[in-house]
Amino acid sequence: MSDVALRPIQRKRWFRISPAWRRPLAITGVAIAVAWILIAIFAPLIAPYNPLAQSFAAAQAPSSRHLFGTDELGRDVFSRVIYGSRVSIPIAVLLVAVAATIGSMIGAVAGYFRGPVDGVLMRGADLVFAFPPIILAMVVAAVLGRGLQNAALAIVVVAWPSYSRVVRGLVLSVGDSEYVQSARLLGASSSRTLRRDVLPNVAGPVFVLATLDIATAILLLSGLSFLGLGAQPPTPEWGSMVAEGTQYFQWWWIGTFPGLAIFTVVVAFNFIGDSLRDVFDPRTARRVEQTAP
Amino acid sequence: MTTAPAPVDETPGARRRLPSSGLVRFVLRRFGALVLLCLGVTLVVFALTQLVPSNAVATNLGEQAAGDPAAVAAFEHHYGLDRPLPLRYLIYLDHLLHGDLGQSSLTHDAVTHDLGQFIPATVELAIFAVFLAAVFGITFGVIAALRTNRPTDHVLRVTSLAGISMPTFWIALIALYVGFYRLGWFPGAERLDPGTNPPPHVTGLYTVDALLAGNLGLFVQALHHLVLPALVLAAFSVSLLTRFTRSAVLEVVGNDYVRAARAKGLSERIVIVRHVLRAALPAVVTVLGLVFANVLTGAVLVEKIFSWPGIGQYAYEAAVNVDVPAIAGVSLFVAVVYVTINFVVDVLYGVIDPRIRIT
Repeated sequence: MSDVALRPIQRKRWFRISPAWRRPLAITGVAIAVAWILIAIFAPLIAPYNPLAQSFAAAQAPSSRHLFGTDELGRDVFSRVIYGSRVSIPIAVLLVAVAATIGSMIGAVAGYFRGPVDGVLMRGADLVFAFPPIILAMVVAAVLGRGLQNAALAIVVVAWPSYSRVVRGLVLSVGDSEYVQSARLLGASSSRTLRRDVLPNVAGPVFVLATLDIATAILLLSGLSFLGLGAQPPTPEWGSMVAEGTQYFQWWWIGTFPGLAIFTVVVAFNFIGDSLRDVFDPRTARRVEQTAP
Repeated sequence: MTTAPAPVDETPGARRRLPSSGLVRFVLRRFGALVLLCLGVTLVVFALTQLVPSNAVATNLGEQAAGDPAAVAAFEHHYGLDRPLPLRYLIYLDHLLHGDLGQSSLTHDAVTHDLGQFIPATVELAIFAVFLAAVFGITFGVIAALRTNRPTDHVLRVTSLAGISMPTFWIALIALYVGFYRLGWFPGAERLDPGTNPPPHVTGLYTVDALLAGNLGLFVQALHHLVLPALVLAAFSVSLLTRFTRSAVLEVVGNDYVRAARAKGLSERIVIVRHVLRAALPAVVTVLGLVFANVLTGAVLVEKIFSWPGIGQYAYEAAVNVDVPAIAGVSLFVAVVYVTINFVVDVLYGVIDPRIRIT
């Protein structure tokens, strides 16, 4: 009952906050993302061939037998692209979840305790921000040794501080806000205020950041693999497939299709994140409405 | 005449000195933070080098020298490898202050020498890319903002989102295939045609050096080689700048002084350029740090594909071959440049917008 009663209100809010034209973007993003997740789950059913089998003539152009052609070793590019979703997507989601958790916890601690704890933790975050992401990720991946796991670890090292900054700022401002103070005065326990007042304010922005970060993580991960610091052959990873493609760029299909796969996944998460940001950030929502003719 | 919200204190006399001393204090404080940050960067770089499970003696000294105990001892003493960790860090700092970044185990040259060799190529590429990105990004951003919620805006929004979603190395691959292999319009690699002598070294930027030498043909050739990688490198930043300029322009375009400017009959072009852009562009300056980070990120990938002998290529070679002194040197250099750019952006923003100075 209550579920039914709540729904129309929520939907109405969604309409009011985000202008109608924004919604196609979010829907497109969700559709592409869901499609890719389904492809990843059902990869063995979709892929016509074994992604590792070198059982065809090398470098065949796309045809009805090989939709995306075959690569320089005679592997079916289509099957490799399909199986590639099982590498990049779960790792990206997992590493963003880890980075978001660690980063949020550090940020919450810094915002809650303030003082020297805050200082030390946030200077640590500043240090990570002092490096352009790919340089630090590259160095960490190189130091840890080549491989997908280490590349993912390197991206976690690069990614956590943005969550710390956001969460710390939110915890600081929400903690100072009058409604939290008055809730405390009314006798609400600190765990209740944390749950009822602080968490809802923090969850939205963190979620938006995480969605956009999945896009960044996939780009970075495939970038590291492209450089040879991530996935090692013969793993069907999109970034390393594009790297093979650059060596034989006259056979355009070897690199173009895996690149297209990266692009579609990343654009999907960027579409979602971008639409979510407008919904969660009342400032942009209002500004867009104000300036709308 | 109404212009951008003027950050000038109108009161004459004593109060006038306040903002400038505030600015000095702001700059000094930020500079102090910069120095501390750079120190922190050296600590991170040092820590990373200590994590590498490699034998510094063997990789740096070659077999013959590594068999000679005296040479090993001398090497270990020079880099403090026989001392405890904190002391080793101090020795590292001491070497840094004397401009000694160690010796690359790959090129067997001093890392500082290598950096000097590779930096100009990246600087040339980066300047060109940032220039392209700024021209296109700001133009698109203004157009999108002036057409808010109309088809042009939607198209630009989707395009710019797509632009930040495309892996740079993929764009590079397609650009290479189309521009070089298919159409043959652009050269595919390197800074000059094979067998061409570079212009006499002045700045290290071939386009500038060629002009200084009065060699127009060489200038055109260098530019020709620059176009494709620079365009690829700019793609991501164009999208970023479009989005940022759009929101910055939207922020000011609804202001009363803009309406006043229109009301008094100024042409739309003058309103946009003098009133809107002048107020919106300072905010765009703040993304320059981000643009630089993107260009460097792209440089690592683009330089590899276009065989561009720059810092990104060097960093890549160092990382792949676990050339520890080179990795340390290049990441230290890049980080210091990066934080310095962010410092300059901060100060510029503080000069433009006094409200920033308080935080």
